[in-house]
Amino acid sequence: MIALLIRDMRLAMRAGGGFGLGLAFFLIVVTLVPFGVGPDAEILARIAPGILWVGALLACLLSLDRIFQLDFEDGSLDLLATSPIPLEGIVAIKALAHWLVTGLPLTLAAPFFGALMHLEGSGFSWMFVTLLLGTPALSMIGAFGAALTVGLKRGGLLMSLLVLPLYIPSLIFGAEAATRGMAGFNANAPLLMMAGITAGSIALLPFAAASALRVNLR
Amino acid sequence: MDFSASLTAETLTVTRGGVPILQNVSFTLSPGQVLILRGPNGSGKTTLLRTLAGLQPPLAGRVVSDPETVTYGAHADGLKATLSVEENLQFWASVHGQTDITPAVEGFNLTGLVHRPSANLSAGQKRRLGLARLLVTGRPIWLLDEPTVSLDVPSVALFADAVRAHVAKGGSALIATHIDLGLEADSFDIGPYKADPANAADSNDGFDTDGVEGAYL
Amino acid sequence: MSQMKTNGTQTRSFGQRMNALWEYANPVKFMALSGKVLPWVIALCALTLIPGLIWGFFFTPEAANFGNSVKIIYVHVPSATMAINIWVMMLITSLIWLIRRHHVSALAAKAAALIGMTMTLIALITGAVWGQPMWGTYWAWDPRLTSFLILFLFYLGYMALWAAIENPDTAADLTSVLCVVGSVFALLSRYAVNFWNQGLHQGASLSMDKEEHVSNVYWQPLVLAIIGFGLLFVTLLLIRTRTEVRRRRLHALMARERMMDA
Repeated sequence: MIALLIRDMRLAMRAGGGFGLGLAFFLIVVTLVPFGVGPDAEILARIAPGILWVGALLACLLSLDRIFQLDFEDGSLDLLATSPIPLEGIVAIKALAHWLVTGLPLTLAAPFFGALMHLEGSGFSWMFVTLLLGTPALSMIGAFGAALTVGLKRGGLLMSLLVLPLYIPSLIFGAEAATRGMAGFNANAPLLMMAGITAGSIALLPFAAASALRVNLR
Repeated sequence: MDFSASLTAETLTVTRGGVPILQNVSFTLSPGQVLILRGPNGSGKTTLLRTLAGLQPPLAGRVVSDPETVTYGAHADGLKATLSVEENLQFWASVHGQTDITPAVEGFNLTGLVHRPSANLSAGQKRRLGLARLLVTGRPIWLLDEPTVSLDVPSVALFADAVRAHVAKGGSALIATHIDLGLEADSFDIGPYKADPANAADSNDGFDTDGVEGAYL
Repeated sequence: MSQMKTNGTQTRSFGQRMNALWEYANPVKFMALSGKVLPWVIALCALTLIPGLIWGFFFTPEAANFGNSVKIIYVHVPSATMAINIWVMMLITSLIWLIRRHHVSALAAKAAALIGMTMTLIALITGAVWGQPMWGTYWAWDPRLTSFLILFLFYLGYMALWAAIENPDTAADLTSVLCVVGSVFALLSRYAVNFWNQGLHQGASLSMDKEEHVSNVYWQPLVLAIIGFGLLFVTLLLIRTRTEVRRRRLHALMARERMMDA
């Protein structure tokens, strides 16, 4: 299992850009929004949590098709499926690897990019906490979407169509928790709901994704 | 690892693209045996091997084997271009709970290439690396699909030696190939098992007809 | 599906396990039965839907503060009801396919999706048309409206996945898994959306609870219209499922041809 994690991370690092590309995309989204809505600091500060969340979500989406597609094409997935590691474990490890190279860097970078959006005070820590608890669900749900579309020639666009609606609950609760927290309200309810979605996704989606992979391999 | 595992197919029917392609396939692969799978292109050798490896469910019949004893070698080698020869092998070894990759490296004459990224290997070298993977899985039953594609004569000999050594330890191999490997092997021709389309379509009732179009006829 | 790791022990003899009801999941039997039932369903549908709509549109008094536009509820409410119920039906048939692998079940889910999506679209459009005179806006991010928009996205994704996969059984398997997982997330979205709009921005508090304002005069034709829409769905579903079965049959025949040639 650890060998698989290390391999996936090593591949992501060496693939040239797989690692940094998501972050760069995130930065570009955050840079473009003020051009669209104007430089007014108050407006930017108000929409900052939403923009950062949507940006993180889109950046996460970029690299999803790499989770299984390359292994499917070069035959590794066949070999992994016949290896001693259960397919559910393979899915979970690959989602974890995806989170470590995209979700985690996005979480760490969000407070800095937040400065561009005039985030202030407790906003930085709220962005960090909500993304830390929410992005694992994005990777896991994404792995499920990638498993569904792995057999398709150009599954990328279709996968976005399948995955983005599944991101809605996490996005709503995540952005809501950050907004409430920054405004000094009690943010426990959305925070717990989002953490619950993350926990539930990690516990159950590997099974759904593994069954989808089995269908696609046969 | 117990090296005395066997694999038996019992009246197996396998499908490709929803249509039965082979039916009533029965044979046993015993420890120490090499079985050469013969049949023209498109006759269902790959489908049969994938079914035996547990990658796709049979339509009827069953495969009696412990999935943990079987390893499958496909057309694709499952190599990562950015990883070195050593890293590729080491990965598959650790996945299968093995540590020592030296016999595999030496057996397939890869010693001088261990640090080279597999992107820079020739087609034949890649194939040798793909075959070396079989050794690091530590599994007794090899199911191989055209293992000698793009190998030169000395490399084919290396492969034959590896199979001989494997069999001597009690392992076994089912090999789909069109060339003579110079091995002492039994031959298994799948020609007689070609599915009869009209017959296969009538033989089910619409229940649990995974992958069968016959339910609609 | 799940026999991968245990292919050493599985056996397949399911023939004995069928009972009377499940027999109609056999495509051939389904075709025979649905062919007989279809004319009756069509007649019943005509007998409820047409009177329901005519009664609702022409023979209900105009409400003082709503005007004529209120009559759109005879399309809006039934289509919204069907939009949700069709998804539930797809969830059930998907589960039946995954668990018992009945071919008609999978095809019924596929056939229902387009009808469900159309119902959702009708509900959204009539809602917007009605919303304009009522609240002065075509669209409000009201929890209920938003939920329907999300439901529409789920229908889109489901149908896109069906369309993208060539092998029909693979498509049935994958769309069923998507439907099950999607249902959980659709339900979560419903709660999330409710939560989200009573959050901090308590701006426009538009109540969209039509039922509260509806008195008996309006209620009776509405019930008739809802039953009519339900029967319309059954009619369309039977026709579309029969088409899908025929399509698969054609596929099967062509596959057999190819094998004969080979």
